[in-house]
Amino acid sequence: MSIIVENLTHIYNPNSPFETTALKDVSFQIEKGDFIGLIGHTGSGKSTLIQHLNGLLKASSGKIYVNDFEITKKDVKLREIRQKVGLVFQYPEHQLFEETIYKDVAFGPINLGLSQEEADQRVREAIQLVGLSFEDVKERSPFELSGGQRRRVAIAGVVAMRPEVLILDEPTAGLDPKGRDEILDQIKNLHNRYKMTVVLVSHSMEDIARLVDKIIVMHKGTVALQGTPREVFQHVELLESIGLAIPQITYLMRKLKAMGKPIRDDVLTIEEAKSEIINWLRRK
Amino acid sequence: MLRDITIGQYYPQESVIHRLDPRVKILATFVYIVSLFLVKNFTAYGYILLFLGFSILLSKVPFSYIVRGLKPLFLIIILTFGINIFMTKGEVIYQLGPLDVTKEGIRQAVFMGARLILLIIGTSLLTLTTSPIQLTDGIEKLLNPFRRFGMPAHELAMMMTIALRFIPTLLEETDKIMKAQMARGADFESGNIINRAKSLVPLLVPLFISAFRRADELAMAMEARCYRGGENRTRMKELSLHGRDLVASLITLLMLMIVILDRFIM
Repeated sequence: MSIIVENLTHIYNPNSPFETTALKDVSFQIEKGDFIGLIGHTGSGKSTLIQHLNGLLKASSGKIYVNDFEITKKDVKLREIRQKVGLVFQYPEHQLFEETIYKDVAFGPINLGLSQEEADQRVREAIQLVGLSFEDVKERSPFELSGGQRRRVAIAGVVAMRPEVLILDEPTAGLDPKGRDEILDQIKNLHNRYKMTVVLVSHSMEDIARLVDKIIVMHKGTVALQGTPREVFQHVELLESIGLAIPQITYLMRKLKAMGKPIRDDVLTIEEAKSEIINWLRRK
Repeated sequence: MLRDITIGQYYPQESVIHRLDPRVKILATFVYIVSLFLVKNFTAYGYILLFLGFSILLSKVPFSYIVRGLKPLFLIIILTFGINIFMTKGEVIYQLGPLDVTKEGIRQAVFMGARLILLIIGTSLLTLTTSPIQLTDGIEKLLNPFRRFGMPAHELAMMMTIALRFIPTLLEETDKIMKAQMARGADFESGNIINRAKSLVPLLVPLFISAFRRADELAMAMEARCYRGGENRTRMKELSLHGRDLVASLITLLMLMIVILDRFIM
C-alpha cells in the first residue's frame, strides 16, 4: 500500500472567529503505482489534503502512512517525507527564482544533500523527462521561457527529487490545449516508466477519465465517493449536486441511450464512444 | 507566525464601537494617546484603564484576542522594562554585577511598561473594530481640510487602501511560495543568520516578481475602469455622524479632562 490516510481531520485557525474545519475524518488508501484522480469543488479540501501528504500541514488528528512510514509522527524528519512525496503546487512556475534553469531544477536535489554528480545526473534526467532539451535550456533563464515551458521546468524541479509519490495540483490550469496535452502526456509517461504513484488534482473530467485508475471525490472536507472512473461517473446526480460533472462524451452517450438507442452509457472517452457508435451502426 | 499580529486585523462583530464613525474613533485614539503621555502617576492610569476597559467591553472583542496582539511586541516591552530597571539612578536596593536595581528604577519600569501595553492595546482596538476601508475613508475625510495646502488627501487614502488591501494577499502569497519551496526541501528555520538570510532568496525573488505583476494588473484594471483620482468622486457609503458619535466624543473628552486635571491641578 502506497498511501494510507486514517481519520484525518484538519482545522484552520482553531479557537478564533475564523475557525474552519477543512477536513473531517477523511480515510482512504492508495495502492502502489496507482494513478489517482482527486476531484472536488473549490473549497472541498483537496489542497489541504495534499499538503498533509507532503507534511506541509500538520494534522489536527488522524494518521498518514506513506509506504508503511508514518509521516504524522511527532519527531519525523521532514526531509524524509519530501523524498518520498513530491508536491507540485498550482501555477508552479511562480516558484522559479534561479538565474538558470539548471540551478533551479538542482535546488531540490541539493537540498536533499546529494553529491554534485548525483544532483547533476538527476537534473539532466528530470529536464529530459518533462520534454525539454537539457543542452538547450540549462544555461537559459527560466524567465525567458513561455508559460507552458516554465511550468515544465517547475515540475522538473520536483521530479528531480525522485519522489515515490508525485502529487500535482491542477498542473494544466491556465495552459493552452497543446501545452495541456503535453504536460499530461509527460505525467502519464512518468507514471508508466517509473511506476510512480501519481495523484492528480484536476477540474477537467475529460482528463481524469482518460488518465486515472481510480478517483477520489471530495466534498465539504469528506470523501464523497471513490472508485474507478467508470464506477464514479455512474453517480451523475450526486456529482452534479456537489458542483461536479461527468465527461461531455458520457453525457452524449447517456442522451443517446435515453432516446432509446441500444448502446452503453458508461463510456468515458471519445475513442470508446467512437467504437461503440460504429458497432451500433454496424449492427443496425 | 505572521498570523499572530493583531495590529491591522479587523475583528468583525456587531457592537456600538464597531458602528462608531471612523473619524470619531481615529480622533478618540489620538486623544487617548495624548492622555496616556500626560499621565504622571498610577492613579491617572486607573482612569485610562477604566476608559479602555469600558471600550473593550462595549466592542465585544474577546480580551484574549486583543492580548494576542501583544505577543510580537513582547521583546520590546521586556527591553523597555529592563532598561528602565537598570538605568535609573536612585536608591539602590539590589546589585546584579555592575548593574544597580533602584527603587526609582522599578517604579519607572512598571510605569513605562504599563504605558507601552496600554498604548498597544488602545491603538489595536481601533484597527480591530474598524475595517481597513472605513479607516482610510475616515483618514481621507479628516485630511480633506488640508487639501487647500496641497495635501493630496484622496491619493494618500487610496495608496493606504491599496497597501492594506494587499497585506493579506501578499501574506497568502508568501505562505504559498514558502510551502512550494519547502516541498522542494528548502529550510527556512534552521542554520545561522547568514544561512537563513540566504535561504530567503528562493522566497523573495518569486514574491517580488508576483508583487510587481499584481501592481501592474491592478493599475491596468483601474485604468480600464477610468479611475482618475479624487475630483468629483462619489462613494457608496457616505460617512455620517450619529448620536452615539457625540456620546463617544464626550466620554473621550471627559477622560482627557480628568487626566489633565490630575496632572496639572491635583
